[in-house]
Amino acid sequence: MASHAVDPHVSSTVQHHFENAEQQKDASTVGMWVFLLTEVMFFGGLFLAYFVYRQAYPAAFAAASNNTNLIIGAANTTVLICSSLTMALAVRSAAIGKSNLIVLFLVLTLVLGGTFLGVKAYEYHDKYVRHEIPGHHFDCRDEAGKACTDAAHTPLFFALYFGMTGLHATHMVVGVGIILFLIGQARKGAYSPEWHTPVELFGLYWHFVDIVWIFLFPLLYLIDRSGAPK
Amino acid sequence: MANHSGHAGPHVVPKLLYFAVFLALIVLTWVTTGVSTVDLGRWNIFVALAIAIVKASLVVLFFMHVWYSTRLTKMIVAASIFWLILLLFLTMADIWTRQMMGVPGR
Amino acid sequence: MITATPPVQTKKNYLNQTEGLKSWLLTHDHKRIAILYLLGVTFYFALGGIFAVLIRLELATPAGDLVESNTYNKLFTMHGVIMVFIFLVPSIPAVFGNFLIPLMIGAKDVAFPRVNLLSWYIYMLGGMFVLTVLFFGGVDTGWTFYTPFSSSYSNGYVILSGLGVFIVGFSSILTGLNFIVTIHRMRAPGMTWFRLPLFVWAHYATSMLQVLGTPVIAVTMFLLVLERGFHIGFFDPAYGGDPVLFQHMFWFYSHPAVYIMILPSMGVVTEIITTFSSKKPFGYTFIAFSSVAIAVFGFIVWGHHMFVSGQSVYAGMVFSILSYVVAIPSAIKVFNWTATMYKGSVRITTPMLYALGFIGLFTIGGLTGLFLACLGMDVHLTDSYFVIAHFHYVMVGGAIMGFLGGVHFWWPKIFGRMYDEGWSKISAIIVFTGFNLTFFPQFILGYLGMPRRYHAYPPEFQVLNVLSSAGASILGVGYLIPFCYLLWSLKYGPPAPPNPWGATGLEWQTASPPPTENFAVTPVVTQEAYTYTKEEVVHVG
Repeated sequence: MASHAVDPHVSSTVQHHFENAEQQKDASTVGMWVFLLTEVMFFGGLFLAYFVYRQAYPAAFAAASNNTNLIIGAANTTVLICSSLTMALAVRSAAIGKSNLIVLFLVLTLVLGGTFLGVKAYEYHDKYVRHEIPGHHFDCRDEAGKACTDAAHTPLFFALYFGMTGLHATHMVVGVGIILFLIGQARKGAYSPEWHTPVELFGLYWHFVDIVWIFLFPLLYLIDRSGAPK
Repeated sequence: MANHSGHAGPHVVPKLLYFAVFLALIVLTWVTTGVSTVDLGRWNIFVALAIAIVKASLVVLFFMHVWYSTRLTKMIVAASIFWLILLLFLTMADIWTRQMMGVPGR
Repeated sequence: MITATPPVQTKKNYLNQTEGLKSWLLTHDHKRIAILYLLGVTFYFALGGIFAVLIRLELATPAGDLVESNTYNKLFTMHGVIMVFIFLVPSIPAVFGNFLIPLMIGAKDVAFPRVNLLSWYIYMLGGMFVLTVLFFGGVDTGWTFYTPFSSSYSNGYVILSGLGVFIVGFSSILTGLNFIVTIHRMRAPGMTWFRLPLFVWAHYATSMLQVLGTPVIAVTMFLLVLERGFHIGFFDPAYGGDPVLFQHMFWFYSHPAVYIMILPSMGVVTEIITTFSSKKPFGYTFIAFSSVAIAVFGFIVWGHHMFVSGQSVYAGMVFSILSYVVAIPSAIKVFNWTATMYKGSVRITTPMLYALGFIGLFTIGGLTGLFLACLGMDVHLTDSYFVIAHFHYVMVGGAIMGFLGGVHFWWPKIFGRMYDEGWSKISAIIVFTGFNLTFFPQFILGYLGMPRRYHAYPPEFQVLNVLSSAGASILGVGYLIPFCYLLWSLKYGPPAPPNPWGATGLEWQTASPPPTENFAVTPVVTQEAYTYTKEEVVHVG
């Protein structure tokens, strides 16, 4: 174990059951990765349901997917990717000791994440207005007002749409809460190149949430967009 | 006892690399959007997923620093991919073979 | 020689270091958290046991005369849900894993002590959901919650139960996560992977199962709750849903779950057998790798619960073959334990009685699992009492015997007291006898065609059922006696020395009970595990 110069600020952040800061950071990082592994399997169950039902009802899924707004979806994806960049830059700023930049990039991440959620809220409202929420008033229709192909099975698509994006959005809301906490800590100067583990670990979480969306976008928005007759 | 090949202090990824990855992600997002409007028949889904996998890999390797990380981290990432594939494909092994017997209901 | 500082004879240990309820409810100490879990799992074991009593009372007569069929459905459901999710899954890992893993690897605590405490609160919360279900009138779907009955037709409290399982699952995930990081990153200097006690290997494998499998049942319960609450048709054929998909998702976790329940028990048995044979385990590497193999293979056999569900025959064949393969690492362990005892200096103590009982009963349970893994046979045996006998042999004859063996083996370490060996041996024998009388007749009943989950049966099955119910009463007595002498020992038992059994392992190098920080000085490990030499063998008088 390499010994680092004794930094009173650092040693006060090493918990008593760890030998040193390096072990603590290493253990925390492994812990976050194991947590993300559980999240992969958690979302995985929903991807399985999607996989099964898309295979079973391809026409219904295509019709329902065409009712999502392609440009809004792509733009929102872009927003989320931007937030991943700003988050990565926030972590980098902590690693090079630029406290003010940490706050800046965290705030940008917050704004971009908030924008994503706002757009999702708009989309959900739009689905409500168009009677695409599974339940009593469900009525799937295309742009021309005609009933969707294989309309009887379209509720499955929308159930998965709300389930998967809803779970994703919940993770983002939790993330937004944590960013607020990190901003508060960063403004107090809590993070240094020697210790900025919460920022790093949260960065991992945020990027994971981005990855989930990277898969959700094509699966939910991009089915059969060519409009070619089948 | 930390036993990964230690480096003094945190590793810092060059800003340029982050921006390059970012650019690639944006480009790929709009590529996948555009490709989806082209009729490739049954290949649309494969292309879309392939692009998504490339994007996800870029995020994992560079934004999440897995390229620079310990063997244990890489194993955990590999395990999560492997087990997800297991969940999906072993279940589909049932669904895909249900009609194969040629007997009604089997 | 393991160069730990000899245990200092101090009165301060983790039990009396601080006092007051708050010091327990807000503790970060893995040993105290283990005790908190012990209280929780014991309570739920008793509760699950009460349902078992009611079931066996009803089944003593062929007519459905004690309770109605709807009530009976609730009895076996509550019994299953409580015993599987709230007792067995946490039992050994959350109690003995938490207490012992840091000690065994020479660490001061687990990697994330606060997460550990959180996992206990989450466990208690999930348990409370199930208690609430009980107070409101129960759930009747079977512990397997099959759709569409659970999602569309049941009149029981499915949503609350599903949420309870969901919550308790997170406790399990956090425990597994903590253990993985702890074992990877908190080992003392010199404690290489292949010097670890096999108990630790068993828990590492268990933790893999917990973190990979439990999230899937969590999302399954989430979908079930959504379907039942919002009438969305994920698993409802009326909306195009597939009930078999529910079963796939449910069993993707619930099969590995049975390995979560048995692997820690196998770890306990290995520790007991080596100690009371005063011999290192035969084939350490085989036992270590077979634990991991069971964990990995355990994930690819779940379809053997679904042979007659409508699953494709080809998938059935694949799952059948894989189920045979997964039996191999388990069998390897049985050979290893037996070979460990061969030419060892065997002492028959209470823990050893439980361990020996485990080997016999687990072998029977495991072999009967192979009958069920055979696709053709399972068509006849599925949903019969043969299945019930099989899984009670592995879960009770296996996992619970291991749990009790662990209780008796580590009691002196955990509480610093010795219990009465005479009474403990008697109750071990009563448990073994009662268990076999309860469950062996059930193999025959299943073979003869008695279906499971029925509260009434044809009169020709009564003799075997009466034997089974009689056995259950004996088993119950066997479980109650330890409460008496163990609690008695807390006040009146002789103080325990650091190493009453002459075992190897770092946990025996520190005081009984251990100090809060586990070791006065971090141990440095220079020897292989399980070094029993003639000089080290200590015979308890």
